[in-house]
Amino acid sequence: MKYLDEYRDARIARALAAEIRRCSSRPWVLMEICGGQTHTLMRYGIDELLRGSVELVHGPGCPVCVTPLELIDRAINLARRREVTLVSYGDMLRVPGSDTDLFHLKAEGGDVRIVYSPTDAVNLARSLPERKVVFFAIGFETTAPAHAMAVLQAERLGLNNFSLLVSHVLVPPAIRSLLRSPKNRVQGFIAPGHVCTVVGCRDYEELVSEFRVPIVVGGFEPVDLLEAIRMLVIQLEAGRTELENQYVRSVQYEGNRPAQAAVARVFEAADRKWRGIGSIPKSGLFLKPEYAAFDAERIFNLHDICAQEPPECISAEVLLGHKKPTDCTAFGNRCTPDKPLGAPMVSSEGACAAYYQYKRHLVTL
Amino acid sequence: MPRTINTNATSLHSEAVSTDEPKDLTGFSCPVPLPARERILLGHGSGGRLSADLLRQIFLPALGNPILDRLDDQAVVSLNGIRLAVTTDSFVVKPLFFRGGNIGSLAVHGTINDLAMGGAEPLWLSAAFILEEGLPLEILKRVVDSMQEAAASAGVQIITGDTKVVEKGSADGLFINTTGIGRVRDGVSLSASNARPGDAILVSGFLGDHGIAILAEREGLRFETQVDSDSAPLHDLVAHLLAGTREIRCLRDPTRGGLSSTLNEIAAGSRVGMELDETAVPVREEVRGACEMLGLDPLYVANEGKLVGIVAPSAAQDALRALRNHPLGKDAAIIGRVNAEHPRMVVMRTLLGTTRIVDMLAGDQLPRIC
Repeated sequence: MKYLDEYRDARIARALAAEIRRCSSRPWVLMEICGGQTHTLMRYGIDELLRGSVELVHGPGCPVCVTPLELIDRAINLARRREVTLVSYGDMLRVPGSDTDLFHLKAEGGDVRIVYSPTDAVNLARSLPERKVVFFAIGFETTAPAHAMAVLQAERLGLNNFSLLVSHVLVPPAIRSLLRSPKNRVQGFIAPGHVCTVVGCRDYEELVSEFRVPIVVGGFEPVDLLEAIRMLVIQLEAGRTELENQYVRSVQYEGNRPAQAAVARVFEAADRKWRGIGSIPKSGLFLKPEYAAFDAERIFNLHDICAQEPPECISAEVLLGHKKPTDCTAFGNRCTPDKPLGAPMVSSEGACAAYYQYKRHLVTL
Repeated sequence: MPRTINTNATSLHSEAVSTDEPKDLTGFSCPVPLPARERILLGHGSGGRLSADLLRQIFLPALGNPILDRLDDQAVVSLNGIRLAVTTDSFVVKPLFFRGGNIGSLAVHGTINDLAMGGAEPLWLSAAFILEEGLPLEILKRVVDSMQEAAASAGVQIITGDTKVVEKGSADGLFINTTGIGRVRDGVSLSASNARPGDAILVSGFLGDHGIAILAEREGLRFETQVDSDSAPLHDLVAHLLAGTREIRCLRDPTRGGLSSTLNEIAAGSRVGMELDETAVPVREEVRGACEMLGLDPLYVANEGKLVGIVAPSAAQDALRALRNHPLGKDAAIIGRVNAEHPRMVVMRTLLGTTRIVDMLAGDQLPRIC
């Protein structure tokens, strides 16, 4: 892990910040898409370093945050069934559904388990043939290949007690919907490096030419992000709109072909509802009809479960970058990580949680 | 500085309180009514905010008294002019055996350390076992032998005990509770309410080893360099430190909830702020790497053989030297200062010179690590 140190080098980071301040003739409004990037920006106080030169707004790039309430209610419904073992990444367990969360359900006796990898869920289904194992498959394009592989593996093993509750969202349709909004203020984007590692850069190139907006594919360490911001500011100052790649140590133009092939075999794109935002055309991945036998929503007939989001939560405006978490009147008082009103406060990658965790001392609650 | 109750691993960890008035809880008998469907979550055992909620809502209203209400790692009581420290702790670590120790050695070290952090010389321990039906005797023997070895090498005796057996499925192999009694050194008065602006914050070595060793064992993770638990008795290190200088305000061992929770408790108890220097906090390369992979922050990962010291500014260098002269403190460092600027808040000066909050653990990072 030593290789990360150079991307956290204080001297390089400060020099980059100084250069950004020098180059910037006005406070450009930039958006980082990914919650992991938001987290780094807050943790290292990069927004403080650049105040006045760049305004950073935080995008919808936290899959936990944008998973619609009704899908969480559906997961909770599954976990309440005696025959079901619900398997999930740890982050999902604390997200509040309409009346409870998966952690509380576990305490009430629900069989809810945490895994680090979908392969563990497949192995669990093999070792518990009498249980119906449902994996809560959430994420962006980054986790989709592993989830597709889990389905293919389960198919190969002939497992009939394994299924997915799919909550997969795609980044480019979300950026498109954001850029079409009359309220949009964003002048440049930092695209998520891990997503582009899988899918490549083509979709982002299309966004650049369609909307005349600069996009830089960026990494997740402080030096990565500062370098990506510098590249965006230089483009904006020069009036250029191009796709550039800062995260060259991971991202290739074509992306990861075998991973793309696995996703294309198992999933297909369709309209998807995003929590707080609403439906975005072609923005979700769903199991193809030929893999319907692995679709938990179909197997357990969950489509009728709907939900109403708490009206006080302004997560839509936060996730679209129209407002900062601290603009919310509930921030830090009625809404905290212990008692979240909405998902951006609960996930470790949510913008509200990042502000609460790292920056509370700089704002008046 | 009387103190009491501390059942580390299961539900309640007294020093975790972060109320507005940490010392005015005696008359606190009318807590907010609990929602009927609230239940114990694993997070209630994390040593973080949920543990503090349990104390405030359940334990203190029912059991509070001036000694308990002090909420340190040990109670200190006077008997015929002799000051005794008393502490108790339960151990539910999973797995029972791990690199660098096992549930038996941990149960001895953990309780010795809670006595040591009060400036006490540990003298006697009790040991109570909850055994699950079906546990191989060979495992119990290995655990008990290792308790004896740990107690003997620390110079304490296990003088009373108890055994209960529960049906298969009602426990996970074996759980241990140990209670310890020690004699507080004359003239020593350590407490989480003693920190003052200007004091130095010291740690005795690398952070996060225990939590990562347990997690690696449990998840079957294989890193290039394996990390051993730092489980160790710290009373000799404390004796060494207190012999060098008497201007030590507070000692704590940052177990569950890690350094961040311990410092937040002290900041709350003393109504002071703290500023840490990110570059000064000692974390092993391999622990840092494992934390990167698992999405953990080493500041929240448990230790079982480290202490945090709050030391008067004039004594900081002497204390650092004293720690470094002992094998268990050779990697000690000064990691920050106490201040008056943001009471009850711990702030980190980052690598880039900006600041961020170091919060108390919310929810649970890693259940059953001790």
